[in-house]
Amino acid sequence: MSSAIPVGDSHSEDHHDLGFIRTYIFSTDHKMIAKQFLVTSLLFLALGGMLAAMIRWQLGFPGQPLPFNLGAILPDTMAPGGIILPEFYNSLVTMHATFMVFFALMPLMAGVFGNLLIPLQIGADDMAFPRINMLSFWITPVAGAIMLASFFVEGGAAGAGWTSYAPLSTSGEWTGVYLGQILWLVSLIVLGFSSITGALNYVTTVIAMRAPGMTWFRIPLATWSLFVTAWLLLLAIPILTGGLILLLLDQTIGTAFFRPEGSGEPLMWQHIFWFFGHPEVYILILPAMGFVSEVIANRSRKPVFGYHSMVVAIVAIAFLGWVVWGHHMFQSGMNPFLGMSFMATTVVIAVPSAIKTFNWIGTLWKGDIHFDTPLLHAVSFVALFVIGGLSGIFLASAPVDIYLHDTYFIVAHLHYVLVGGSLFGIFAGITFWYPKMFGRMMNETLGKLHWGVSFIAYNLAFFPMHNLGVQGMMRRIYDPNQYEFLQSLQSTNTFISKSVFVFVSVQVLFAINFFWSMRKGKKAGDNPWDSNGLEWACPSPPPHGNFAEIPIVHRGPYEYSYPGREQDFWPQNEAPVESFGASTKPEHKPGE
Amino acid sequence: MNLSWIMPESVSTFGPALDNLYYVILVITGIVFVVTEVVLVYFMIKYRHKEGRKATYIEGSSKAEWIWTSATAVIVMALAIYSKGIWDEIRHPDMFPENAYELNVTAKQYEWNAAYAGPDGQLGTSDDIMSRNQVHVPVDQPVIVNLQSEDVIHSFFLPQLRVKHDVVPGRVWPIWFEATQTGEFPLACAELCGLGHYRMGGTLIVHSKEDFDSWLSEMQIEAEDDE
Amino acid sequence: MSDAVLATIDRTPEPGMGVFNKKLGMWVFLLSEVMFFTSLIGSYIILRYAHPDHFAAPGELLNVNLTAANTFLLICSSVSMVKAFAAIQQGDLKGLQRWLLVTILMGTAFVSVQAYEYIMLSHEGFLPGLADYTAHAGGPLYGATFYVMTGFHGAHVSLGVLALIFVYIRALRGEYTVADHEGVEVIGLYWHFVDLVWIILFTIVYLI
Repeated sequence: MSSAIPVGDSHSEDHHDLGFIRTYIFSTDHKMIAKQFLVTSLLFLALGGMLAAMIRWQLGFPGQPLPFNLGAILPDTMAPGGIILPEFYNSLVTMHATFMVFFALMPLMAGVFGNLLIPLQIGADDMAFPRINMLSFWITPVAGAIMLASFFVEGGAAGAGWTSYAPLSTSGEWTGVYLGQILWLVSLIVLGFSSITGALNYVTTVIAMRAPGMTWFRIPLATWSLFVTAWLLLLAIPILTGGLILLLLDQTIGTAFFRPEGSGEPLMWQHIFWFFGHPEVYILILPAMGFVSEVIANRSRKPVFGYHSMVVAIVAIAFLGWVVWGHHMFQSGMNPFLGMSFMATTVVIAVPSAIKTFNWIGTLWKGDIHFDTPLLHAVSFVALFVIGGLSGIFLASAPVDIYLHDTYFIVAHLHYVLVGGSLFGIFAGITFWYPKMFGRMMNETLGKLHWGVSFIAYNLAFFPMHNLGVQGMMRRIYDPNQYEFLQSLQSTNTFISKSVFVFVSVQVLFAINFFWSMRKGKKAGDNPWDSNGLEWACPSPPPHGNFAEIPIVHRGPYEYSYPGREQDFWPQNEAPVESFGASTKPEHKPGE
Repeated sequence: MNLSWIMPESVSTFGPALDNLYYVILVITGIVFVVTEVVLVYFMIKYRHKEGRKATYIEGSSKAEWIWTSATAVIVMALAIYSKGIWDEIRHPDMFPENAYELNVTAKQYEWNAAYAGPDGQLGTSDDIMSRNQVHVPVDQPVIVNLQSEDVIHSFFLPQLRVKHDVVPGRVWPIWFEATQTGEFPLACAELCGLGHYRMGGTLIVHSKEDFDSWLSEMQIEAEDDE
Repeated sequence: MSDAVLATIDRTPEPGMGVFNKKLGMWVFLLSEVMFFTSLIGSYIILRYAHPDHFAAPGELLNVNLTAANTFLLICSSVSMVKAFAAIQQGDLKGLQRWLLVTILMGTAFVSVQAYEYIMLSHEGFLPGLADYTAHAGGPLYGATFYVMTGFHGAHVSLGVLALIFVYIRALRGEYTVADHEGVEVIGLYWHFVDLVWIILFTIVYLI
């Protein structure tokens, strides 16, 4: 570092000079960028939820016109008379996953919390490259607009699945979707720049801008997981971009990278996609693990059980994420010996996952658990992640995967990880850090109601999907009743659909709470949860530049209920009494 | 509502082994699931906030962590080794049965075309016998199916025979199975292959040996009549 | 705490990698570039391994001598970039300007030679499209992988030239000094990286 971090005072002064546009639209302040990401990605989340509801309408009530006269709004190319067409159904499935993965979960994890938490938790005044950070946000709505536009072009939106397996995705000849597939590819190529510029910032900021005393093993787990996630983004997204470019060339100028008629290799697309895709799965879950660790430790007033092994487990999961992609391809015709090596690496992931799960439970043990909304969401994460992890063991076993591959068992598994896991983790994160973002508390009653109904409806919706899979129901099927052996599953499907409608509808409560609390919520102090992290050492919301003076870190982030202390928390920056006024940096104790 | 965890009846030789593995995993994960969730809920109730009680300061326990780390590792590695045996039986190229009856199945949007050797006893010649969306096989005899695709990737799924394998254009993938019961069983496409994917179904018809032979000769006569 | 106490507290941040942020950022960015080129080169290796009949022998279609000369040019431009950086480290602004200009000219020449090569090859029917490929040897996978890899590299060189022009204008305005020339160092890193990628591409596409 050639220049020390500027002290915040000068920053907060020029804050007032910025006009509306520079404060709210083209802001370079990491907290404002986090809020921009938050609002945008919640809108995409809502859109993804509506697409899901339409998918479930077709599965729950096949061949019946959509309710609320939606048929009148949708053009005849999608749902004539309100009855969803098979080609539109394929677009729904594809776009639901695309919006949820790329435009909702990824920006919610990295975009929102990466921006909000990393500088605050490590005691920096902003990101390393604030203007690149602004760019990272503004790419997202542009990419989103391209993706949205694809619904309205001739042939409709992409319908080859979010995995876009070649050669189905290489030509409109196979799907009837020409321009839509191209827009899908272009949108994701553009979006990749957002992830990379974001990740570039997160990595640099964590490495180079930590406050004095913030050693690696004093970094809170949320920032640790975001830091590791940033590495995954940085290294995985370019792989996807490369693959997308090759697919785009197959689509547009007639190359044959993935087209068998020109000796191209369709399976090469799957290798590229999943080589990116499996790290991507961890991009979608690791940050949530970090938020949950913070919330559980704070709300049960105890140190995180085994902080070091939690860090090691995050890093281990990220490393293993690079060598397991083949388990998505057990039934693709991949060399059976290669299949076995992928099975071996895949089951190993159970080990760091188990460490995390049992350590969360260990954190609750002998705690003083406060049942606030963030904790309820965080514990739900643990409970549901257990299910998603255990169902993964079935699929990791290659022979069992023969039967369960591409059935609803997979759908259940991935939704337990990405909704039960990631989304509940995000709710834990939003409800926990909301007061820091907006200076006000969210309403507890509404919050608990939203959590309770969500948790029940969620499980009623997704747990029976395991059973559908065990009975052999394939995924991405427009009308299962085409198959005689699936007809008996219709009542289960209808029940699942109704539960999904409840789950989707109840999110309105969250939206109401979110916007209502922004103006009317109870004022939050600097540290409403009696927390230790540096983010609670600055005002809520923090001013431009965050800290009035650069904080000095004296201890790890989870010193809750420390014996002999009156308070049950011990902020990282609180100076130890004996060294009060001492003139040196805090010592780095080995093993800390 | 069907909330069963029991797999549908299997009618192939490796079906029971595969199902057993599934049930072993079901029992192990079931126990872990119940124990973990019960402990979680118990802790939530027992250690809920009460006035005047403080949490105990515990930073962790290397011993406990070693126990659950190694226990997990042992269980999953054992499952992997158990799985490998069954996987090899089904997929290992050297384990393909020798006296198998061989046929071709070619997938295209949105149908399955099976081809059987005609009078010359050779597959892939002009006298091949064809059947559309029906795959006929003899019972109690291993069958090798050469899977091919004319357009996009499909997946050849025989739920009750515990067979699923992608069909990739530009490649020929051989798979094998041996049916243990006569009758008709569903055939489905398990890989999204276009707007008609959901109706790309068919039937596997398992004949007794004699029925299969007479079906083949009937088809030969029909083919000759057409000429 | 009193002001006197505050003044004595050491507020230097935790040591990072011992480099300034922009340089660290460029390193991190280049790692993602490595992964991008890995995806392209990896695809090339897979396709070539699976379909050797699509790939002609070295020199059969591609003009190795011309590209070898072009490679030499790009390596020289890396040297002149080092010279430019060394000049400003000594405070030699004139030297910086001179060597930056040399680098820009050589970078431009490299891209121009590549464009010329593309035109010549396309006249021979060496094209990326499956239906367009009519060259007398190899197959369409050869054309497709060739243009993708060299094309994206060429795009990187072109962007590098634009960035160098930006740095050059700043140098003409005298905005770099002995103490502050981070921009020169950062663009230099990028330039060397692009050069290195080319040496790998030249080897696997032209020579092997």
